[in-house]
Amino acid sequence: MEELIQKLKVQIIEQLNLEDMEPDDIDETDPLFGNGLGLDSIDALELIVLLEKEYGIKIENPKDGQKIFYSIKSMAEFIKSHQK
Amino acid sequence: MKAYINGIGAVSPQNTLGKEHFLDDVTAVEERYLQILKPDYKTYIDPKVLRRMSKIVRMSIVAARTALDEAGIAKPDAIITGTGMGCQADTEKFLNAVLDNDEALLNPTAFIQSTHNTMGAQIALMQANNHYNLTFVNRGFSFESALLDGLMLLNEGEVLNLLLGGIDEITDESWLISTKNDMYKVEPLNNLNLLNDRQTGGLSGEGANFFVLSNQKGIDTYTRISGIETFYKPKNSGIIQEKISNFLKKHELDLKDIDLVILGYNGNPLLDTVYSEIENRLFIYQPTAYFKHLSGEYDTAVSFAVWLAAKIIKTGIVPEVVQKRKYTGRAPKNVLIFNHVRNIYHSLILLQQA
Amino acid sequence: MSSPIVVTGIGIISSIGNNLKETTHALLHIQSGIKPVSILNTRHAADFVLGEVKKTQEELNQLAIADHTKPWTRTALLGLIAAREAMQDARLDLSDVYKTGIVSASTVGGMDRSELFYKDFIGEAQHKEFIDTHHAGDHTEKIAETLGINDYLTTISTACSSSLNSIMFGTRLLKNGVLDQVLVGGSDALSKFTLNGFNTLMILDKEHCRPFDESRRGLNLGEGAAYLVLEREEEAIKQGKQIYAYLSGYANANDAFHQTASSEEGDGPYLAMKLAIEKVGLNPEDIDYINVHGTGTDNNDLTEGIAMKRLFGDKLPPFSSTKAFTGHTLGAAGVIESVFSIIALQEQKLLPNINFKNVIPEINLIPVTQVKDAKLRHVLTNSFGFGGNDSSVVFSSHEATAS
Repeated sequence: MEELIQKLKVQIIEQLNLEDMEPDDIDETDPLFGNGLGLDSIDALELIVLLEKEYGIKIENPKDGQKIFYSIKSMAEFIKSHQK
Repeated sequence: MKAYINGIGAVSPQNTLGKEHFLDDVTAVEERYLQILKPDYKTYIDPKVLRRMSKIVRMSIVAARTALDEAGIAKPDAIITGTGMGCQADTEKFLNAVLDNDEALLNPTAFIQSTHNTMGAQIALMQANNHYNLTFVNRGFSFESALLDGLMLLNEGEVLNLLLGGIDEITDESWLISTKNDMYKVEPLNNLNLLNDRQTGGLSGEGANFFVLSNQKGIDTYTRISGIETFYKPKNSGIIQEKISNFLKKHELDLKDIDLVILGYNGNPLLDTVYSEIENRLFIYQPTAYFKHLSGEYDTAVSFAVWLAAKIIKTGIVPEVVQKRKYTGRAPKNVLIFNHVRNIYHSLILLQQA
Repeated sequence: MSSPIVVTGIGIISSIGNNLKETTHALLHIQSGIKPVSILNTRHAADFVLGEVKKTQEELNQLAIADHTKPWTRTALLGLIAAREAMQDARLDLSDVYKTGIVSASTVGGMDRSELFYKDFIGEAQHKEFIDTHHAGDHTEKIAETLGINDYLTTISTACSSSLNSIMFGTRLLKNGVLDQVLVGGSDALSKFTLNGFNTLMILDKEHCRPFDESRRGLNLGEGAAYLVLEREEEAIKQGKQIYAYLSGYANANDAFHQTASSEEGDGPYLAMKLAIEKVGLNPEDIDYINVHGTGTDNNDLTEGIAMKRLFGDKLPPFSSTKAFTGHTLGAAGVIESVFSIIALQEQKLLPNINFKNVIPEINLIPVTQVKDAKLRHVLTNSFGFGGNDSSVVFSSHEATAS
């Protein structure tokens, strides 16, 4: 789990172009959207692509993203429980 | 229809952002095309917003901010942009992804930012500006159309001031594609030696040139824009001369009233003759200037000429580096810009001391 | 220059018809053009339904009577077909007596060809004649050159509100005396670029779109072109021309909220509608019908509904989205729906919002669902786009406006 969380941080920083951030700057329980990292609905779509590209998990309804992408931790848990 | 230019901001291949220099520190390079001098974007744009923006959006925001700050306006009554090719980088990125990945696993950001109105919309977004917002996209007429729109808005009394911009960006790929149509030069050259280069095509460039137009003269007004006219594919030089004469007549000016003619020479030996014929047949006695050795050629490069004319009229200085024919007269009061892109899109812009 | 601006010619092509007559028939007989994919070459052909003009490039070329020696994109061919119809309909006099121009609009311009040949452009430069047809204004130039429109041309692009803005800009060219007659409109052909783009945004419905319905899941894309001929009323009367409608009000505003999403209170849409109505000197209750933007996405329909409620209160006039007929035709949508609004005025009929079943609970608004007779004097049409570019136009009947 710890390894997956680290990997996700790196992937998110790269995918979303968070130039000034290091993986250690992100707490895995911090909210990604709103007051946390400040991501928005376009980032959510980018994360959906990331899940499919890197982990082979397809999300059909973008509304499901709200829960899954709450934090790095919730994302990691979702991946763990959905990977074949 | 007329407007005062009360603020300007230019991001170009030259040091044009600050007020303290006026082409006394010209950048000369030996390159295939001219790229903008990259401003320190982080001093202008919040990194959170910056992360997604391509070059064309970034340079637009910097140029727009500079013009608005100069004019002392936070939220203009309208935002009008012209861009010939729009967001080349993001369009290429998404198009290549669609083709390379066979329409699968595509990222949305490049697509969202590929639309031509991205720059105008981002500027509005940063100002929370709900006012009039429009983008013109007809290659070598894009900036001219935006300017006409601005003059009409002021004339209608719909707005008191507005932000106007001409923007185009270059990418390796877009440059390469354009060279296949003999639009741009292929081999590196010294930009200051542009008019002696014999390669086909113009010297490719890019830039974002923004202006605050107002119906009122400000304390720091640069100049007045008194007229704009476009004409498409004129059949010969005679027609161009007629268009210019009629344009001047319409503004109650004689040839001799024009103190300086800025011509759009871009180094293409085949098409620069359009300018030299006008220079040698119509403006026989006028001082002339050129600018594309500094800005490079692009669809909205004429907006750089407007920047140049505004600076010249305000400072009374015609920098040596832009003089084509030696400038000796008084500080110029009436400046005419004649530009064409590929001998297809022709335009005339008249600027007069405010 | 204070003479009112009138519409004296109409041309249109979309998935529901190749001309005005076919389009009117399809609207009044509720025939949708949204069908399985058969023209666009895409791996998603089986995944989506589209509002395609069911004609190949060859067939369009024939219909457009285009000059075969030039490179034509699908966008330019669709544009030429509609523009020629409008010009002939208005019996446009192209002699030197009148200054004539064209203001068109498009989002992706010649992308339909560029995406076929792009790798050749980079590599061996095969098909290099299509390098120059890529830009958004190529179709405008092709139309102007073919039809002989010489005095002015330009092209506007503000995403999905593009062609409503070209109508507005053309109107102002007349009002400011820059031109005497102007062809205004827009054209956009379907492309893999846009289909995949909207797919990445996850706002495409795989079924037929259901604007303003609780179960809506997104939009269907479509293609098409339409043009109006605009002139000053006094000149139109002098020349004894038919007057379809008066272009009485217009406004352009920006939502300034987010690149793709609308603000929660629908600020941009609210301002566009409000200012367009005020421009005519009317009150909201004078509007008899609204042809809404109504794409069928979760976000658009909700916020557009909220903006309408803000402006009209409990006196909301009958409204409908016609996107379930044509799909979302992007840069052409504003003018295509302007034509629909003029058809509604001409026929004195409300147009239906097909596929509607249940209200969106948050706004509780019921659109018109059948073709219905109505007394229509002023109709409002909306077009909103990415980047928050929102526009509205008011068309008025002859008797409501004639000076």
